[in-house]
Amino acid sequence: MASSIANGGGGHSALRFYLTKTAQFILVLATTLLGLVAVTFLIGRVVPIDPVLAIVGDRAPAHVYERARQELGLDLPLIQQFWIYLKKAVTGDFGNSVLTTNPVMTDIANAFPATFELATLGTIIGTIIGIPLGVLAAVKRGSLIDQVVRFLGLAGYSIPIFWLGLMGLLLFYAKLGWVAGPGRIDVTYSYLYTPVTGIVLIDTAMQGQWDAFWDAVSHIILPACLLGYFSLAYISRMTRSFMLNELAQEYVIAARVKGLSEFRVIWRHALRNAAVPLVTVIALSYANLLEGSVLTETVFAWPGLGQYITNSLQNADMNAVLGGTLVIGAVFVLLNLVSDLLYRLLDPRTR
Amino acid sequence: MAGSPALSQPTGLRAWLLSPEPASRWQARLGRFYLGWRSFTRNPLAVIGLGIVVLLIVVALLADVLAPYSPVVGGDLRTQRLLPPSETFWLGTDDQARDILSRIIHGSRITLFVVVLVSIIATPIGLLVGTIAGYLGGWVDTVLMRITDIFLAFPRLVLALAFVAALGPGIENAVIAIAITSWPPYARIARAETLMVRNTDFIAAVKLQGASTPRIIFGHVIPLCLSSVIVRVTLDMAGIILTAAGLGFLGLGAQPPSPEWGAMVATGRNYLIDQWWVAAMPGLAIFVVSLGFNLLGDGLRDVLDPKAAK
Repeated sequence: MASSIANGGGGHSALRFYLTKTAQFILVLATTLLGLVAVTFLIGRVVPIDPVLAIVGDRAPAHVYERARQELGLDLPLIQQFWIYLKKAVTGDFGNSVLTTNPVMTDIANAFPATFELATLGTIIGTIIGIPLGVLAAVKRGSLIDQVVRFLGLAGYSIPIFWLGLMGLLLFYAKLGWVAGPGRIDVTYSYLYTPVTGIVLIDTAMQGQWDAFWDAVSHIILPACLLGYFSLAYISRMTRSFMLNELAQEYVIAARVKGLSEFRVIWRHALRNAAVPLVTVIALSYANLLEGSVLTETVFAWPGLGQYITNSLQNADMNAVLGGTLVIGAVFVLLNLVSDLLYRLLDPRTR
Repeated sequence: MAGSPALSQPTGLRAWLLSPEPASRWQARLGRFYLGWRSFTRNPLAVIGLGIVVLLIVVALLADVLAPYSPVVGGDLRTQRLLPPSETFWLGTDDQARDILSRIIHGSRITLFVVVLVSIIATPIGLLVGTIAGYLGGWVDTVLMRITDIFLAFPRLVLALAFVAALGPGIENAVIAIAITSWPPYARIARAETLMVRNTDFIAAVKLQGASTPRIIFGHVIPLCLSSVIVRVTLDMAGIILTAAGLGFLGLGAQPPSPEWGAMVATGRNYLIDQWWVAAMPGLAIFVVSLGFNLLGDGLRDVLDPKAAK
């Protein structure tokens, strides 16, 4: 946004245009976040479990029940309850988890780095493999590699992620023994380093615990490749379509006529122009991995946000479920926003 | 469908279908359908997809006849538990000595039930929200689209999880939760189509004739949005199946002993290393059926919505 204002210096009206745009942007973001809070609030109200009974027990006398109800603010009108919920949500207060007895936000903060680590590695794998695959598929349209990309994409939209994870564990862990099993790191290594960032690969590497590092690598590699595959399926398909679009442009013909090597034409000129929408795609696939991580983390016993939500679900811990849902929703919105902003920053045509 | 009678009288029926001057609206419609069908069958992958979907429907309808064993009551627990695939049990047996093939066959009903019900609930919601927002414009548009965006802001499975958590596990609640998370993209598409239709001359003509707003929306706008939305719903069906299977896998969909495929994979997880078939087979069924819907959706898109095809 800073750059858009700086670039708007060309004229007074341009500046005003960007200010209005920015204001609209913030308004949209605010209403979306407000809507997220409202949705989780309403879900919390339709729960058939009586939150008062959950606290006082079903044999509590009427006055105890009534006092607990008032303490929870459940006697207030719905709109007032929402206001209180909203105020708390803004400060990150989602109440305490029944399961762990910690504040939900503390639990989420503890679980988030694990999900972040997994999803980031997955996106990196998907991007590094997906973009070249997509480019090759576009350049050699109809060839074997094009068919492979098509098949990978189609399968990526059709395979249940939890099933592929189980089959991966069966093959690479149980049968071949190439990777470590579920979990983040072996217990024997887990005391060798102190968590600083919460990201095991970084923590162990910085503290020079290379044995622990390699153990963590062998744990993360399978789930990360799994998520990477789903991001690859999406990224390669989109890269192919963007590249087909670029390769049909006149500047590509001009570059060829000037005698540039095919390598330069494709990788330096066409890909560079396709890169801007690709940034959006990568950010979106990153956001999608958040969703994939719920099931993946359950399969791999990965102590992240997804596993936290599913564990809480199985224990009817609504505070934790709604807090986790809201945080995932907010991250999802922010990632979409970032992709939008990056698009504006990188593509001079949108200025 | 229209192709098979054509074999017996190749010129007569085809000529009638392709007639440039159809005598009735009915004939014109059948002719359009025949043309669409011909271009659909030119795409072998789409035909495979249609085949898989038809197979799913047939298997679901004839489950009682096709399944060799009971999907719920198992065999002898001492001798028939966790048997590998064999001639008697084609896909092996599970931990309660039940034939996995029979369970998959009966599970196809649940899958079909979920897909059909979610489409029936979510498509009209999406169509209504999208066309009303697009046709009326102004603050109605802003409010409806903001609400749509809010629902789009949650990852689908996570929102469905939260809803099921609130409503309680079970197949009906899973259907409701998935439907609630499915309609926003349909609303987006319906709105985009409506915006294109809204300012055309024929809508203006209908308006001048004195048609009411509901009549214009229901009689003229919605029919024009239908094909894009149907394509989108078909493409979405694989996603619906995967979300339902995911909920089942987490124990939030159909409850035991119901042979829901996702829940079957979850059971198989306990026997993954030594009895891999318990988890592998139902997962394969989910994969094949989703693939079928994806292929069918791609094919339909090419026929009904050539603009969107690359």
